[in-house]
Amino acid sequence: MTRHTLSVLVEDKPGVLARVAGLFSRRGFNIESLAVGRTEYPDISRMTIVVSVDELPLEQVTKQLNKLVNVIKIVELEPSASVQRQLLLVKVRADATVRSQVLETVQLFRAKVVDVSPEAVTVEATGTSEKLDALLRMLEPYGLREIVQSGMVAIGRGARSITATAVR
Amino acid sequence: MTSAPSRQAQEPPSPRPGPRPKPAPPSGAPIRVTGAQSLVRSLEAVGCEVVFGIPGGTILPAYDPLLDSTKVRHILVRHEQGAGHAATGYAQATGKVGVCMATSGPGATNLVTPLADAHMDSVPVVAITGQQTRALIGTDAFQEADICGITMPITKHNFLVTDPAEIPRAIAEAFHLASTGRPGPVLVDIPKDVLQETTSFSWPPELRLPGYRPTTRPHGKQVREAAKLIVGARRPVLYVGGGVIKADAHAELLRLAEETGIPVVTTLMARGAFPDSHPQHYGMPGMHGTVAAVAAMQKSDLLVALGARFDDRVTGQLSTFAPDAQIVHADIDPAEISKNRRADVPIVGDCKEIITELIDAVRTEKENRAKPVDLSEWIKTLDDIRGTFPLGYDWPEDGTLSPQYVIERIGQLSPSDTIYTAGVGQHQMWAAQFIKYENPRTWINSGGLGTMGYAVPAAMGIKAGMPDQVCWAIDGDGCFQMTNQELATCAIEGIPVKIAVINNGNLGMVRQWQNLFYGERYSNTDLGTHKHRIPDFKLLAEALGCVGLRAESRDEVDAVIQQALEINDRPVVIDFVVGKDAQVWPMVAAGTGNSEIMAARGIRPLFDEDL
Repeated sequence: MTRHTLSVLVEDKPGVLARVAGLFSRRGFNIESLAVGRTEYPDISRMTIVVSVDELPLEQVTKQLNKLVNVIKIVELEPSASVQRQLLLVKVRADATVRSQVLETVQLFRAKVVDVSPEAVTVEATGTSEKLDALLRMLEPYGLREIVQSGMVAIGRGARSITATAVR
Repeated sequence: MTSAPSRQAQEPPSPRPGPRPKPAPPSGAPIRVTGAQSLVRSLEAVGCEVVFGIPGGTILPAYDPLLDSTKVRHILVRHEQGAGHAATGYAQATGKVGVCMATSGPGATNLVTPLADAHMDSVPVVAITGQQTRALIGTDAFQEADICGITMPITKHNFLVTDPAEIPRAIAEAFHLASTGRPGPVLVDIPKDVLQETTSFSWPPELRLPGYRPTTRPHGKQVREAAKLIVGARRPVLYVGGGVIKADAHAELLRLAEETGIPVVTTLMARGAFPDSHPQHYGMPGMHGTVAAVAAMQKSDLLVALGARFDDRVTGQLSTFAPDAQIVHADIDPAEISKNRRADVPIVGDCKEIITELIDAVRTEKENRAKPVDLSEWIKTLDDIRGTFPLGYDWPEDGTLSPQYVIERIGQLSPSDTIYTAGVGQHQMWAAQFIKYENPRTWINSGGLGTMGYAVPAAMGIKAGMPDQVCWAIDGDGCFQMTNQELATCAIEGIPVKIAVINNGNLGMVRQWQNLFYGERYSNTDLGTHKHRIPDFKLLAEALGCVGLRAESRDEVDAVIQQALEINDRPVVIDFVVGKDAQVWPMVAAGTGNSEIMAARGIRPLFDEDL
């Protein structure tokens, strides 16, 4: 099974997320990550869905997704031809004795500290899921008190816009 | 107001006294109405003639203007499931959109089965449900159910209307979605206060469906590729599904078949798409198909699937299905293509357009070919199989009445334009096998979902839509006991359907499986209808305002059928008391390959043969 990133343009209507999520579960597909947000058009939202499936079932799920009346367009984004990012917030145990080491790791990953208290720091990082996993591995020895991650968002490289062609 | 007839002819009719404006023909100028009036006007404008439904708390506002509508007939059913199946039967028989209406909560959830049924069989149905007021949604209010959430996987689409101004658009979009592309059920859920609020109505509304663009025109290159395969194939088969009937493409299919001389098989959903009397027709494929139809597919080198979906009941074990066949798959739904079996030539589009273009493309390809492929050996092979293993049945050894005989006689004695429907089980398969179908939309059944209890309400819908044609429901005693309450509706509303209860006292198909696969251990399949005659179907029919008849022996059969055919002022129910041990043959046991088809118990015509 390989990982695929789908950009799905949908009408911004109530229940759309449920329709899309329901379709995946009903057809036996596991969503690895899902992010929804606005686009440059007020009535269109964009979902970025990461799924691990083989080529053939992927084709089937894409066709089924396309049948949802509220789905306007689906584009698969190849990792090499797109920018993919996830946001991570992590609370790391960091008292005075280890704080400087934690901060060094944070800098190494070009992450930043967004909150600090005597016992812990909260680190914000963006990147691919591989980079964020690597950061977490480095921070783990200090003690990870709490982790929260967003779904992946992705956009194709180059000047072309998938939304512009969808609304035309 | 009174006025001379001559003046009436010149002037538009004056509005009736009272607060309600009289339904006017659709016009562009907005008028002030309630949400409920807007709903009824929208239904009128979209061409809805019949609504099957039951009122209740939240849909009540809609029923008030419905009382005044001269264009929309409301048929008050006895159970919402009946309303749903009636809408499905109506739609299948007429080709128009069937409409059902129910209140919120249990009314709406009772529509779940018919909606799932319509979804599986791609039937254009619009369901309109009341909903709790907007302020109460999400509070577990009385008779509140999230019907949009519940029906999401079993509808083509659904709407929760939260603004009365949106009602005309929602109705127009619902009808458009239901009837175009791959047809299917659409549910429109309207909160009570949205129906009560004052709003403006104008028609036609603008449809806003940016994500809905069904492909109807086939791709020319794909059609040419298909034509190439068709003229080059040595053992081709036209595998015809229900999509051909939905696309009204039966005439084109006949032309294509005769142009090419290719053998035809019609699935359970496509019975009637191609005349049974046609020599190129080898019958129904699948689990209970003819040996010839199953053999044709298994031995084929090219399957041309037209509006069919390679359902498991047709393919049997997928890995051994039609092993040598290349596949041309034409369907309006791209998601069906290569879903179960990979297509070599996919064609997305409307079957009528596809077949029309195929005919031309095949002609061109034929002209380009030096020597046409000779199909006579292939035809002879199939004719031999058809001759050796025709559909047939034995009379029960215990002297009881043969159910197949009863069904066969109904088909033989009824007018040629009779429309048949059925429940689900043995009687359904026999009705598909032993009645000969010559025309599309004369065989209407629950194929995909396999809904027991479909027949009586579906017959009601069929007869309401096609009042001049005879409508027979071939039902089982198990099925009949699920939905016969709608006979009261038929009796009161003047819908003279004819019901043949093939009463074997058992859940016959389940009993057949228990006989074959569970060591004859008959767990919970005896309904007691024979043993105790509970219920007495003749008396039950009479209690429901129908004529009740009964036949228990061969010599009574024709007489009761004739009697039933002569009654047209009331529904008729015939209790055919038949033997319980009759079985449906041929059969491909579930999970086995189609080549293991048994013509009768222990007879496997294709199994040992060199395929």
